[in-house]
Amino acid sequence: MAVASSDTAIRSSNVTRTFIYLFLLLFALFYLMPLVIMVLNSLKPLSEITSGGMIAMPREWTIEPWLSAWSTAQIGVEPTGLRPYFINSIAMAVPAVAISTVAGALNGYVLTKWHFRGATWIFGLLLFSCFIPFQIVLIPMARILGLLEIAGTTYGLILVHVVYGIGFSTLYFRNYYAAFPTELVRAAQIDGAGFFQIFWRIMLPSSGPIIAVCCIWQFTNIWNDFLFGASFASGDAAPMTVALNNLVNSSTGERPYNVHFAGAIMAAGPTLLVYIVAGRYFVRGLMAGSVKG
Amino acid sequence: MAATDPMLDSGADFRTRLQAWLPKIVLAPSFAVMVIFVYGFIAFTLYLSFTDSRMLPSYDLVGWQNYERLFRVRQWDTAIINLGIFAGLYIVISTIIGLFLAIFLDQKIRGEGFLRPIFLYPMALSFIVTGTAWKWILDPAIGLEVTMHRWGWESFQFDWIKDSDMAIYTIVIAAVWQSSGFVMAMFLAGLRGIDNEILKAAQMDGASNFQMYRRIILPQLRPAFLSAFVILSHLAIKSYDLVVAMTDGGPGTSTWLPALFMYEYTFTRNQMGIGASSAVIMLMTIAAIMVPYLYAELKEQK
Amino acid sequence: MTLMKKVYTGAAVLALSTTAISSVASAQEVEVLHWWTSGGEAAALNVLREDLAGGGIGWTDMPVAGGGGSDAMTVLRARVTAGDPPTAVQMLGFAIQDWAAEGALADLNALAEEQNWNEVVPEALQRFSTYEGNWVAAPVNVHSTNWVWANTALMEELGIEQPETWEDFVAALQTAQDAGYTALAHGGQAWQDATVFDSIAMGAGGPEFYQAAFVDLDPDALGGAEMVEAFNRMATLRGFVDDNFSGRDWNLASAMVINGEALFQIMGDWAKGEFVNAGLTAGEEFQCFRVPGSEGTVTFNSDQFAMFNVDDEGDQASQVAMASAVMSPEFQIAFNVVKGSAPARTDIDASAFDACGQAAMADLAAAGEAGTLFGSMAHGHANPPSIQNAMYDVITAHFNGEFDAETAAAEMVTAVELAQ
Repeated sequence: MAVASSDTAIRSSNVTRTFIYLFLLLFALFYLMPLVIMVLNSLKPLSEITSGGMIAMPREWTIEPWLSAWSTAQIGVEPTGLRPYFINSIAMAVPAVAISTVAGALNGYVLTKWHFRGATWIFGLLLFSCFIPFQIVLIPMARILGLLEIAGTTYGLILVHVVYGIGFSTLYFRNYYAAFPTELVRAAQIDGAGFFQIFWRIMLPSSGPIIAVCCIWQFTNIWNDFLFGASFASGDAAPMTVALNNLVNSSTGERPYNVHFAGAIMAAGPTLLVYIVAGRYFVRGLMAGSVKG
Repeated sequence: MAATDPMLDSGADFRTRLQAWLPKIVLAPSFAVMVIFVYGFIAFTLYLSFTDSRMLPSYDLVGWQNYERLFRVRQWDTAIINLGIFAGLYIVISTIIGLFLAIFLDQKIRGEGFLRPIFLYPMALSFIVTGTAWKWILDPAIGLEVTMHRWGWESFQFDWIKDSDMAIYTIVIAAVWQSSGFVMAMFLAGLRGIDNEILKAAQMDGASNFQMYRRIILPQLRPAFLSAFVILSHLAIKSYDLVVAMTDGGPGTSTWLPALFMYEYTFTRNQMGIGASSAVIMLMTIAAIMVPYLYAELKEQK
Repeated sequence: MTLMKKVYTGAAVLALSTTAISSVASAQEVEVLHWWTSGGEAAALNVLREDLAGGGIGWTDMPVAGGGGSDAMTVLRARVTAGDPPTAVQMLGFAIQDWAAEGALADLNALAEEQNWNEVVPEALQRFSTYEGNWVAAPVNVHSTNWVWANTALMEELGIEQPETWEDFVAALQTAQDAGYTALAHGGQAWQDATVFDSIAMGAGGPEFYQAAFVDLDPDALGGAEMVEAFNRMATLRGFVDDNFSGRDWNLASAMVINGEALFQIMGDWAKGEFVNAGLTAGEEFQCFRVPGSEGTVTFNSDQFAMFNVDDEGDQASQVAMASAVMSPEFQIAFNVVKGSAPARTDIDASAFDACGQAAMADLAAAGEAGTLFGSMAHGHANPPSIQNAMYDVITAHFNGEFDAETAAAEMVTAVELAQ
């Protein structure tokens, strides 16, 4: 499955290779540890956990916690499980990812191929905006969502995620398009192609890898967001992370850890899937340009 | 902003002029959104930091009082020092681990397709999901320490999370776990982009592996280093979920970070003025680090 | 084409959003922001929902768990700033007063008068449910926080009687520790440290001191000899927790008592649920008694439903119906039996409650009479959140060995001054 490098110039001895394999395996174990613990604990009865067997194989296997987390666990007053919130998250993440990616692509295209005075400044400002701590925007954002009458809805949440996703998506596309030969654009221009024609016919078809990178990045961030979800869309429109938090974070109630873990893995399911399935496009996409400064 | 586009000179009809303006029109919505939702809000925060806001924003100015108080609050010092330790170690260690994983994975490793998603998956999970698992692993009574004892390594000790002086390092461990795989992917991409012919030529000249990496490969990875730095420092500064999930700032207040401080003061403690002033200081710190970097980067590319 | 698409999506977002707003039903309905999301308590709250549904009032649920309600309060602020407050909000102590001071809360006087709330709700609770003499919230429960939870079998094995004084208490802990048990099950989280400190300070200084230090914030009391003594006692307790206490969730500490690994736990009465869920019976397999030294006093926190100002008359009627349902004896019993707390009204038949619940109700009524019922500092019922958290910082820093008792008392004065 290795990409591109069919013939590396670096050669190494058997001893070195053994060391390399050991090193990689050791780290693989390190990376897998938390997930393994979560999976194991989601498959054992609660009594095994509270009696101290947190890091042990289940003595008695059960899928009860999974069923409970999905459809009967108490998220609010009704025992709905996480199921309804899953849909909310999809309805929020898909449009938000799509819009911010499209905006990022257009911005990147303008900033690299239609350079005008001040463009660098604008890009600098956009890039710096990636670093704004989200805690400070809560109150003014709430005010604006209220004025737009989309407070507490999925639409409001989509707007927020698009707004704060544009910085990174622009960064990705700009860096990618910076490496794209400008001569091609100029040639098309001379042939009479317009702004959108060039974008549509020349830029987009070769943007596959970076679209993958941008979508993976945005999807992960938006799906995992808790702060905005809780502040701007709790209740019926609450995304998965807020529901998960309600499941695992009750302060003075009982704590069925096995159900918590099952719910946590479920909440992480889509992002995990995206990384595992699309992971190799990710490396390919990064390779194709986004790391070229 | 005058257009410097060559198209403008060649014709003056509407279509051409529209074409000339289109790029700016397309960029305008993003620009407007950014001005309002980022810089407008920063200005608002700056204003709040000079007011006596407590539970809700207030517009009565009180001068520098919030800043004076901020620097007398002990946890603010803790938070700043912790950010220094945390961000420094986190960025350096993630980069080193990511680099080595990438280099090793680039040695035509069997099962690369199997290993890569394992290294990469932590980035997909939020700490709301993995926090409890981490807490248990690091807890000496439940996790690693007692497991090692059970396996016969009696003297094994790992109780950092319970120790005020060491707890911040456990946060570093979990944070490195989350993002070093991502850094690996960036370096791997960089390595795969290097022209093999150059390396072969160098090998002909008798360069050792070490020399090749030092002289040829690492310098070519410069863009990857820079991207990694931007992404890691952005994650370090925003680290909030991580701390809340693992230690909630404890033991005591020993693992407070500025993002936690800001949230605590603004929302939990109803001292929005102080919270805003801490945000301003934080933004200024970020600007002090990022602006020279951005300036150098962007100037070079013009 | 792509530009059109962009414009179109923007317009679509706006268009859809307006329809979403206008589709909000105009039927009678309450929207309830709360953080009771764990199985038992959420199920108990469902009693209220069904009660209202019987009267044709819909329930829009808005649960936000986390941080003992602090996340819910953040959400509330976002909602109010957006100009769209929920109709009813679960609140604790000073939050009610703060929102009432903003003029955001509705007036429940008519209902309170009709149902005679002034008579049946203890005065110390009314301090939080009313603002400038007007009822603004309906209290649901009274959690008392100065309880010790004990494993009966372990007490018998070690020959320990229920301790009456601080010295007996320390002796009992010592016996357990000498026998190789964890004497005091404790989780080192700031709020848990403060919960213990609350009872210890009450024991060390008595009610007058508690009032002066935590309510009146008198610097002399905050830095005085009683405070130093309270911190000294905390240091003593520090010697009786296991090495591993830091960061532990309170319910895992309860599990240590349940499993017979630890003798005592100092915790509020929500801990009872853990014991009951483990199949133990109050007064038999486990014991509850007041923290020695604090007998005769009750430190409490009380969950209340505050009603926000709404314009719609239908909504106002639903608010009144909800407040009335919250105060009904049936709901007070149903909810508090599950939750482990005592009802907020003192005129309720105790027969449905277990031994600990009955003791709590009797103590509450007695303390209410004697004027020794105090809002708990640890749970935000003695002073506003900024001061409460400033105290947390000092208490938890001392408990983790950063200060000695004298320094901690002095720090208490500084921290409170900075937070004011």
